[in-house]
Amino acid sequence: MTTSLASENRLKRIFRSANIPPVYYFLIFVFLFSGILDQFLADGQIFSNPLIMLNIIVRSVALGIVAVGQTLVLIGASIDLSVAFTISITAVMSSYIMQGKTENVPVAIAGVFLIGIVIGLINGLIITKLRVNPFIATLGTGLIIKGIINASFSNYTGSVPQAFEYFGYGKIGPIPVSIIILFLVVIIGWFILARTKFGAHLYGVGGNSEVARLSGVRTDRVLIGAHVLCSVTAVLSGMFLVSLMRSGAPWVGPNGFYDLNSIAVAVIGGTSLSGGKGDVWGTLAGVLIFGILSTAFNQLGVNPYLKTVFQGLIIVLAVASYTIRSKKEAA
Amino acid sequence: MTEELKEVVEEKNNQLEPLLEARSITKRFPGVLALNGVSLKFMPGEVHAVVGENGAGKSTLMKIVAGAYIPDSGEILLQGQRVSFSHPREAQLKGVSIIYQEFNLLPERTVAQNIFLAREPGKFGALNVAELNKNAVSVLKEVEADQLISPTKMCHSLSVAEQQIVEIAKAISFDSKVLIMDEPTASLTLTEVKILTDLIRKLKARGMAVIFISHRLIEVFEIAEKISVLKDGELVGTVMTKDTTPQEVVHMMVGRDLDHYFPPLGKPEDFGDVVLRIRNGNNDFLKDINLELRKGEILCVAGLQGSGRTELAQSLFGVTPFKTGTLEVSGKIRNIKSPPDAIRLKMGFVTEDRKAEGLLPMQPIRDNILLTVRTLQPLFEFIFKDGIRSSRTLVPTLAKQVDLRADTFDREAQFLSGGNQQKVVLSKWLSTKANIFIFDEPTRGIDVEAKAGIHDMIRGLTKEGIAVLMISSELPEVLGMSDRILVMRDGRIAGELPAKSTEQDIMLMATGHTKDQDANNNASEGKE
Repeated sequence: MTTSLASENRLKRIFRSANIPPVYYFLIFVFLFSGILDQFLADGQIFSNPLIMLNIIVRSVALGIVAVGQTLVLIGASIDLSVAFTISITAVMSSYIMQGKTENVPVAIAGVFLIGIVIGLINGLIITKLRVNPFIATLGTGLIIKGIINASFSNYTGSVPQAFEYFGYGKIGPIPVSIIILFLVVIIGWFILARTKFGAHLYGVGGNSEVARLSGVRTDRVLIGAHVLCSVTAVLSGMFLVSLMRSGAPWVGPNGFYDLNSIAVAVIGGTSLSGGKGDVWGTLAGVLIFGILSTAFNQLGVNPYLKTVFQGLIIVLAVASYTIRSKKEAA
Repeated sequence: MTEELKEVVEEKNNQLEPLLEARSITKRFPGVLALNGVSLKFMPGEVHAVVGENGAGKSTLMKIVAGAYIPDSGEILLQGQRVSFSHPREAQLKGVSIIYQEFNLLPERTVAQNIFLAREPGKFGALNVAELNKNAVSVLKEVEADQLISPTKMCHSLSVAEQQIVEIAKAISFDSKVLIMDEPTASLTLTEVKILTDLIRKLKARGMAVIFISHRLIEVFEIAEKISVLKDGELVGTVMTKDTTPQEVVHMMVGRDLDHYFPPLGKPEDFGDVVLRIRNGNNDFLKDINLELRKGEILCVAGLQGSGRTELAQSLFGVTPFKTGTLEVSGKIRNIKSPPDAIRLKMGFVTEDRKAEGLLPMQPIRDNILLTVRTLQPLFEFIFKDGIRSSRTLVPTLAKQVDLRADTFDREAQFLSGGNQQKVVLSKWLSTKANIFIFDEPTRGIDVEAKAGIHDMIRGLTKEGIAVLMISSELPEVLGMSDRILVMRDGRIAGELPAKSTEQDIMLMATGHTKDQDANNNASEGKE
C-alpha cells in the first residue's frame, strides 16, 4: 500500500514537473470534442475511418511546414507576413517552369528554392541592416511579391508532371509522402532549435538582442538565417500545394491565410510574439488543432464559419492560458 | 595622517604589479567631459570599490575598461601590457568581465545555455547538450553553487541572488582575472547580499581583482580594501578602507558632510489632524496593518526588501486593495478599491519605478503633468473648455512650485534628468490638489545634488499641510526625513520609532530581534 501511495505521489510529481504546455490540453480537448460531435452527428464514421484520420494530417501539411519556419522567426523576435505570397510565387513559378514536363522538374525546384532564399535574404537584410520593423518590412516585401505575381499571372499557369504529384498524392506503404515530409521538417526544425548553436543563438537574439550581442552572438546573421529558413519552408509548402492542385494559381497563398494562420498556430503552441520562447512541437500541436477542427467540421457538414469562430476562441484562450501560467510561475 | 596613508598605498602598489591599470583616461561626450585624466590601479586579490555620485564618471570608466567605450585619450594596461578593446567580447576573452547593473540573462533559457551563450560546445555548428551541462556544472562548482543551482533550470525561476551568481559564473567561465560589478547589491535582500559578499571574498582569495561599484557605503566598507572616489569625472582620491570612515568618503563624494543635506524636521505644532487611518488592514501581502498619518508630517516606512513596504503603499492607493479592515480618509470611512478611488480622495502616489509607472517618456512635460487631472474631468469638456486654459496657466504654476526648470514644456519627458523627471511626476499629483502623498523610493537613482532638492521639496509639501508617507530603503534618508518611522517585517508593521532614532534601532526591528516585537507577536497570537 505504501508503495502504491509513493508511486501515486511520484506520478503527480512527474506530472507537475513535466509542466505540460497548455497547447497539448487544447489538442486533447479538440480531439475529444470532435470525436463526441462525430458520435452524435455521424455515428462515429469519421473517427473510425483511418483514411480520414490521416487526411487530418495531410490537410495540415501545407500550414505545418510553413508554421515551422514562422516559429523560427518568431523565436528570433521577428515575424514574416510575406510567407503567403512566397507560397503563391512558388506554386505559380514551379508549374510555369515545369509545363507538365518531367525533365523540367529539377530546374523548377532549384528555381523556386533560389527565389525563396532571395526573399528570405531580402527580408532579413531589410530588418537587420535598414532596421525596419519586421512587421512592416515583411508586409512590404509581401505586397511587392503579390504585385509581381498579379502583374505576370492572372490564372492557373502551366502544370506539374505526374511524377511531381508524388509529393502531394504518393504513399510509402500506407503513409502519405506529404506526412513524412511534414514530420521531417518538424524534426529538422527541432534539431535546429535544440541541437545547434544557431538555434541557441536565435533564442538569444529573440530573448534579448543586446545580451546576445554582448555575449558575442552575430545577431544580424542569425536573424537573416532564420528568415531564409522561414522562406524556404514557405517554398516547400508552395511546392506541396502545387503538386496537390496540379497547376499553380496566384491566390493559393493568400486564400489559405498561411501568413496569419502560421503565426496563430505557432502562438497557440506557446511561441512568444516577443521572441526568445517557443518550440516546434507546440507549433505542430497547434497545426493539428486547426487540422482536426477543419476536417471534422467539413466532414460533419457543420457551418464552416463556426469553425472559424472556434479557431478564434482557441487562439485567445491558448494565449491567455500561457499568460496565466507564467504569472503562476512567477508567484 | 593622510600623507602616511598615501605612503602606505604607494608602498603596496610598488610591491605588486597591478593586474589592470587605467592611465590618464579622458572621455568626452557631446557637451560633457565625462572623464578627465583618471588614473587607477587594480591589484590582484583585492576588492576595489569605485564610488561617486551619479554622473561622476564611474560607469563611463568601467565601460572603457571593459571595452564598451573607447577612450579619447589615455591607455589601459592589462598585466603591464597595453591593450585596446573595441568590443566587450575582446575584453572578456582577455580576462576582463563586467556584470552590468541590469540583468543580462535570458529568462527563457537554462542556466547552462546562458553561461555559454555564443560559446556552446559542439562540432560543425551542432550543440553538444551533455557537454554543455557538464561544463556548466564545473563552472558553478568554481563559484561553489553547484549544489544550489542546477544547470538545466530556467533562469526566470531563479531568485535575484541566484541570477547574480549565474552572471558571476558566466564571467568566471571566461577565465576572468578582473571582474567588474556595477551596483551588484542594489536589489538584493540582506541574506542574498551575504551570499554575494562571501562569493566575492572567494574570488579575491583566488587572486582576482574585483572592482565594485556601489552606492551603498555600508557594503563598500564591509567588502572593499580600497575605495576610489570619483567626482565630476575626476579622481578625488583613493583611500584604504581601514583608514577611513563613511563620513569621510561621503565628504569626498559630495564635497560636504552627510548631515547637511536634509531639511529640518517638522515641529509638533506643524502636525494636524489624522488624514489617513487604517485599522486591521489585511490582504494577500499584508497582515494587521494599523497606521495613522497626520497632516503636515512625514511618516517613513522602513524595512528590508520584501517586508511589504511597497505593498503597503500599493494597498493604500488601491492597486492591491485591502480585503478587510477600515480605512478612513479625513475622518470619513472610505473604500479604496482602485487608484481612481484614491485619486478622487486626493491621494497621490509617486512610484518607485519612474520610467515604468510614473512617466510617459515619449509625451511632453505638459501632458505628463496634466495626465492625472485630466482623468478627473469629463472627457470632452476638458479639451474644449479647460484644456487650453489649464495648459497655459496650470502647468507653469505647478512647475514653479516644484522648481522644475525646462526651456519648454513641450520637451519629451524622456530627455529630462532623473531629478527633473521626479519633479514632473510630483507636479502631476499636485495638479489634483492631493493632500496625501505616498512616495515610494523618491530618490532612487538620483544624484546627491538632486536628492537634496527632492528632500527639500517633500518637506516643503508638509508646510502646506500635506501628509507624506514615504518609503525608503536608504536608512540615512529615513532618519534624515521622518517625523515618525514605521518599520515593516514579513508583511506586518513591526513597530514604530520616533524621529532621531538610529540605524541600529531600525535594523533591529526590521530583522526582528527586539523584545517589543516578541511581545507584540505574542499579543497578536493571543488574539487569534
